[in-house]
Amino acid sequence: MSATAPTSVATGITGARIGVITFPGTLDDRDAARAVRLAGAEAVSLWHADESLHDVDAVVLPGGFSYGDYLRAGAISRFAPAMAAVVDAAKGGMPVLGICNGFQVLTEAHLLPGSMVKNDHLHFVCREQAMIVENARTAWTNEFRRGQRITIPLKNQDGQFVADERTLDELEGEGRVVFRYDGRNPNGSRRDIAGITNERGNVVGLMPHPEHAVEPGFGPASEEGPRAGTDGLTFFTSVLSSLVHA
Amino acid sequence: MGRVVVEVMPKPEILDPQGKAVVGALPRLGFTQFSGVRQGKRFELEVDGEVTPEILAAAREAATTLLSNPVIEDVVSVTDASAEVAAVNA
Repeated sequence: MSATAPTSVATGITGARIGVITFPGTLDDRDAARAVRLAGAEAVSLWHADESLHDVDAVVLPGGFSYGDYLRAGAISRFAPAMAAVVDAAKGGMPVLGICNGFQVLTEAHLLPGSMVKNDHLHFVCREQAMIVENARTAWTNEFRRGQRITIPLKNQDGQFVADERTLDELEGEGRVVFRYDGRNPNGSRRDIAGITNERGNVVGLMPHPEHAVEPGFGPASEEGPRAGTDGLTFFTSVLSSLVHA
Repeated sequence: MGRVVVEVMPKPEILDPQGKAVVGALPRLGFTQFSGVRQGKRFELEVDGEVTPEILAAAREAATTLLSNPVIEDVVSVTDASAEVAAVNA
């Protein structure tokens, strides 16, 4: 399969290794690994029960329904042996991206504040979702422009981001809201928040799915045509840039 | 055999979408008396022996660290329910 990533990026980071963790019930690990490869890096499959991250340079926690969302979404996965290593690595500055269920795992692991509850309208939602990039300085968003409008798929049932007012004010004040839903709020998330980051900007979590918008012909509709959207690829090229400049 | 019961409820300020769905369904069966429903969780923790103060303390810790997420939920009670088990088995 030929990669469609910009060659400058693909050749600039030869050797970057990005891990993708699979928990029991993870669904989007293969798509995430494919996105990593299309961006020009090596995808390393990591297993939840493994205590080692095998010297990867960054980690993706993909979407799905780990442990069937039992107890609370992400609540059981947080205790997986691999997560102890992720928490350590994240505190040391390693880029970590949590997508959907991966975002829920990051909040349960206290790497990101807040939590997700059921969508306010109670329905599973699956749509092409527009959002605005509010912070283009994180490890996963540095190749976007602040204020840029991007579209990637959103698909979940427990997608409503909640936190107390003080935490929300803190997130806003420190510029840690990374993405905000554009147009109608799809799930009742506080202040239209779609994704956030930690103080350092290396850990990012969001509900929509960048890994499903990485190749023309298989993404959301865009100005270039139906299914032509590849806004998600920029997450993965961004992290490669941040690794090069680290 | 002893049993500790832990009850967890969504925080009052968090909209409870499941409770909202249930309150919407009640009038369809003629239950028009109820103006609100909140849905929580009940955990029954079994122990082989008696429920000692130490076991209750451990249950309280488990309740706040694993069984509930303090961002969205409150632990409303942690109680020794061994008497219920004894009554059923009698």
